Amino acid sequence: MGLIFEYRQILIEGTIVTISLAVLSLLLSVGFGLLGAFAKLSPSRGLRRIGNRYTTFVRSVPELVLMMLIFYGGQALLNDIGQATGLWGYVDVNQFIAGVLTLGFIFGAYMAETFRGAILAIPRGQIEAALSVGMSARQVFTLVTWPQMVRYALPSFTNNWLVLVKATALVSVIGLHDLVWNAFSAGRSNHALFTFMFAVLVIYLIITAVSDGALRWVDRKYSVGERKA
Amino acid sequence: MEPERTFLEYLRDISETTAPLDFMLIFDNLDRFVEGAWVTLQLTFLALLLGGLIAIPLAIARAYRKPVLNPIIWGYTYAFRGTPLLVQTYLFYFGLGQFEAVRNSFLWSPILSDPWWCVLIAFTLNTAAYTTEFLRGAIETTPRGEIEAAKAAGMSPWTRMRLVVLPSAFRRALPAYSNEVIFTLHGSVIASTVTLQDLLGVGRWLNGRYYLAYEGFVTAMLFYMAIVFMISLAFRYAEKRYLKHLRPRETEKSPRPALA
Repeated sequence: MGLIFEYRQILIEGTIVTISLAVLSLLLSVGFGLLGAFAKLSPSRGLRRIGNRYTTFVRSVPELVLMMLIFYGGQALLNDIGQATGLWGYVDVNQFIAGVLTLGFIFGAYMAETFRGAILAIPRGQIEAALSVGMSARQVFTLVTWPQMVRYALPSFTNNWLVLVKATALVSVIGLHDLVWNAFSAGRSNHALFTFMFAVLVIYLIITAVSDGALRWVDRKYSVGERKA
Repeated sequence: MEPERTFLEYLRDISETTAPLDFMLIFDNLDRFVEGAWVTLQLTFLALLLGGLIAIPLAIARAYRKPVLNPIIWGYTYAFRGTPLLVQTYLFYFGLGQFEAVRNSFLWSPILSDPWWCVLIAFTLNTAAYTTEFLRGAIETTPRGEIEAAKAAGMSPWTRMRLVVLPSAFRRALPAYSNEVIFTLHGSVIASTVTLQDLLGVGRWLNGRYYLAYEGFVTAMLFYMAIVFMISLAFRYAEKRYLKHLRPRETEKSPRPALA
């Protein structure tokens, strides 16, 4: 316990990196998810196919493999392009950016499924009614689809967020100084890896428990008009 | 004059110079990838098997709210489901050596100092936690009528569990279990972070050895995609077979009435 207290600074710094990584990836994944959901529901067959390929591909490849491919392969690709075109010199891909891009891309696919299900759960008649009273497509989305979509999507959204938080631990493998990496290096130099890994588990548990509670509160707010059976 | 080249040499030349991926190098190392796939499949399915066996009694105890056991099991599943598998694996593999009692115990040299066993233990406990929870859900949603009918037929609680509750709960849990199998497969890449040569481990080895950026990861990725594809096919077959009663009934096609 004393050891953990002594190293609190480095653990707190790591926790901040982990949380900001998770939040930025979440924002990106919501963007990808909305695009994916609209592609999967679009009347155009080409877009539907792209959307379906995206979600199937992500579901079949482990996160860490994709992360390494984007981190190492993306860097080589960027440098090859730079060399071929002469537009830029040697670039180093930042682990944080690689992590955000990978996690955003992966969880975008899960979000796309979540949003698609939520949009489908809205009765078609409401959208028709909104259009018939002269609302624009944009108004239909902001006033009718979105508020209800949030309600329907929230349970699955919560689940995705919790999985995302746990997936952030993987960026330590490509060398980002997140919570796991910091705790690991502190633990190794002190021959106390159990103590430090246990502390990491507790910190993750606190993050997941707090966000679970917070999202439950949001759920209650958005389903005020709903009657629970 | 240019010497004659065999087709294979020609292929090698293209592969090394112009092709975006050095496919001949991948081809030469294919046997290593197959070995890696074997390690991955072994870890995944052993963890699923052992985890499933552990999960059944735990799920029953949770579903029937057994006084002392229920909160303990809830704590276990909550802790394992709320934390990353990577950290759990590190805790077992790197962490346990911190204690002298563990290092001196009889379990140390054959099991707890071996990454393979540590990974298997971590994966098993992790998948058991998830399986317990959705199996509990499946047991709790057993239709009341089925249990009443079993009681009316004079079945003892144990027989009821064995012949009525569990078979129907397994069926209801089947779609959720396909996700769990795929997630366990995805999680198994963590084995490569503790020096095991699973699929990703072989990919990382290849890239490190030949100083490459894509080949190893792309090959590993294709292997994973193939495995996931086969798992999905197997589940589609299983759902067809075991959830047949839930599919909309196929009506006999009536011959189109002749037009007047």
